[in-house]
Amino acid sequence: MTEASLPLPAAAEAPTEKPSKNQALKLARYIVIKLISLFVAVIVGVYLTILIANMGGYVDDILKGQIRETTSIRISMDPARKNLSMAERNQLIDELVAIEEHRLGLDQPFLVRSFRFLGRAITLNLGRAQHMASDSGSKEVRNIITERLPPTLLLMATCNFILFFVTLFFALYLSRNYGNLLDKLVIALSPTSAAPAWFYGIFLLLLFASVLGWLPFGGMVAAPPPENPVDYALSVLRHMILPVAAWIISGFFAGVYGYRTFFLIFSMEDYVELARAKGLTSKDVERRYVLCPTLPNIITNFALTLIGLWQGATILETVFNWPGLGRLLYTAIGLYDSPVIIGSAVIYAYLLAITVFLLDFIYALVDPRVRVGSGGAKS
Amino acid sequence: MNALKRSLKEMANFPSAIAGGAIIVFLVLLAVYAIVAIPYDEAIRLWRGGEEIWGDNPRIVPPAWTNLFRNEKLPTTIVRNSQDESTLTSKTVTEISEDMWDVVMTFDFDYDFDAFPQDLMVFMNATFAEKGPFVSMFWITPDGREIRLGEVTAKASETYRFAQDERLLRRLKGVDPQTALFSDPNKESPTVLKGKYQLRIDAITFEEGSDLEAKFIAYGKVHGLAGTDHRRRDLTIALLWGTPIALSFGLLAALGTSIITMAIAAVGVWFGGPVDELIQRITEVNMLLPTLPILIMVGTFQSRSIWVILGWIILLSIFGAGIKGFRAMFMQIKEAPYIEAARSYGASSWRIIFLYLVPRIIPVLIPNLVTGIPAFVFLEASLALLGLGDPVLPTWGKLIDDARANGALYNGQYYWVLEPAVLLMLAGLGFAMVGFALDRVFNPRLREV
Repeated sequence: MTEASLPLPAAAEAPTEKPSKNQALKLARYIVIKLISLFVAVIVGVYLTILIANMGGYVDDILKGQIRETTSIRISMDPARKNLSMAERNQLIDELVAIEEHRLGLDQPFLVRSFRFLGRAITLNLGRAQHMASDSGSKEVRNIITERLPPTLLLMATCNFILFFVTLFFALYLSRNYGNLLDKLVIALSPTSAAPAWFYGIFLLLLFASVLGWLPFGGMVAAPPPENPVDYALSVLRHMILPVAAWIISGFFAGVYGYRTFFLIFSMEDYVELARAKGLTSKDVERRYVLCPTLPNIITNFALTLIGLWQGATILETVFNWPGLGRLLYTAIGLYDSPVIIGSAVIYAYLLAITVFLLDFIYALVDPRVRVGSGGAKS
Repeated sequence: MNALKRSLKEMANFPSAIAGGAIIVFLVLLAVYAIVAIPYDEAIRLWRGGEEIWGDNPRIVPPAWTNLFRNEKLPTTIVRNSQDESTLTSKTVTEISEDMWDVVMTFDFDYDFDAFPQDLMVFMNATFAEKGPFVSMFWITPDGREIRLGEVTAKASETYRFAQDERLLRRLKGVDPQTALFSDPNKESPTVLKGKYQLRIDAITFEEGSDLEAKFIAYGKVHGLAGTDHRRRDLTIALLWGTPIALSFGLLAALGTSIITMAIAAVGVWFGGPVDELIQRITEVNMLLPTLPILIMVGTFQSRSIWVILGWIILLSIFGAGIKGFRAMFMQIKEAPYIEAARSYGASSWRIIFLYLVPRIIPVLIPNLVTGIPAFVFLEASLALLGLGDPVLPTWGKLIDDARANGALYNGQYYWVLEPAVLLMLAGLGFAMVGFALDRVFNPRLREV
């Protein structure tokens, strides 16, 4: 209810003499600027990722070694080439290796290749995996990743959606009753957020899966998956309870404490006192004079948490065997599959950029200064 | 100095700060103890040495003190070694004929537990030139039964595994030896017969000077202070040594990150213009860099050393979100009259930055630093959980990773997960609680709310 009515009072706060067309234009300009700067940031980020991944040509060495090995095995196993002498065979192997290295572009200087990699990465042309394959059997990194993306998005969206609103409303409640026992308890417990979600996940698994046996140890759906879509959804829901709970436990107290502090600081402002003096109901005061001005701050805060949390997701998925990007990354590390590792890093860069953009967009909707003022309020 | 004293006094008003401080003191003491009691090389040897170091320990068993909470006491490991006078009951050598000698060793031990041992083994070392001694073993139970175990012709190094002796298994009617040999024959269900057991090893040697040394091990079901892992290693070493590593890792990362971040913010604010702009842009790009995947790539492609990873973590976090906070504060301080004064008497930019600007921020830096520590301690554990832990050093994260990889949660070996987890939790909570209180002491604006 509150979230639906948010942009409205915010707009009401803005000076109304400006025509709305001008506002929309400003909003559009703000968004385009944000989009361009984010895209530049993604390009730089991906290029850095490529540089790091190629550290000291190490990946090239691995690749070259693999090419040599497979070629040698192919030649020595080939019955048609059994009669070749040792020297001839070695020469043949060298030639084939050179052809293969040329095909993969390994004979070019790194600088040239790095820009080619960049072009491919930006267009999500991520190459072929060395060992892994998607469930449908494809070895294209892009297919492997797109297969794993929906579970990750499902889990992350659910976790963060619930976390955001639960902490927001709880913080509002606390700021109303600040100083009571519950408030003190939340303050006392806020250091528990220092531990990441996977850490609580292990305890939850121990308690609910191992000792009590109420919930599954991990995975996304029961094996074999139920045929009926309703049962399937229920099964997924059941598997989501523990990871989501772990996520919320880890983010809850610090989140509530942070928002509560914002609310308290803003509810001490003079105009809030005035509104109270005017005799507005406390609900109105809260919504119009406390929640609205704090919301940009809260969203910035949430954006920062969210960016930090993306990396927590990798390990949460690993702990809960959730078949998402994080677990893919984990498997790729185990198999030393560098194209998949680099591809995942690129996808994470994109996901982060998209997250930041979405939050910037919401920020622009919520903060009237963006539409009427001097552009971005966020420096 | 006085201000510091006052702040400390103020800290005492926060019960959580005192609790957190106590936890930190405890961990620091533990870390110092670990380094002093087990020097680095010794710790590495104990953790990476090989079978001969931990071969006497049972596999995946909980700590010994868990017996206090059990009605049925689980056995500890019993080791009887013929080279150790205190555990050898008797050893006699008698000459049978000109080229045959009979070496008889007996090992006595009391078995006073309610459960059967995990495994039974005899390790033998024979000295001979050509023909190894012929060894037969006998088991004497407290009620006087004598059970023939098995015969082997000992090689220089010989291991007799009770459970893998087919003939013994047949003689015991298919019941595994560690149960059958300790059972009360008059009970229906296998029950431990408590009392004094004896193992007699009877070796016939065929050469002058040929001898046999033997070690009997009844692997227990509990071990030491912390239990053991899947490779029979004592977890105490890893838990102890994990402490200094976690503390130094967290402290170094937090210290490096916050100090460099602060310096960068100060430089940006002071010089302003393009420098500031550049720093701001770098920060924005840096926030989009996927930190964990990059660390994973470093771990996979470059080095798994914890110190290399530490360097990368610092490098990736110096242009982090913290820069904005510091920047806002420096912006305010920059306008202060005393900076104006410094500038007017011709102080250099660097002098102003590092002697006048930065010191003013230290009160804010300290809580920032302390609250930053847990995040890095957990980051190390997170990396270990992804299989990117340091290949040599034992860390808490690696213990959790080992436990998870070996299905400790599924198999109910909770101690394996809980011990490192509790220590991690303590470290995280301790620093978070102190940092939290520091924040409220040094940032008076927060104190009102």
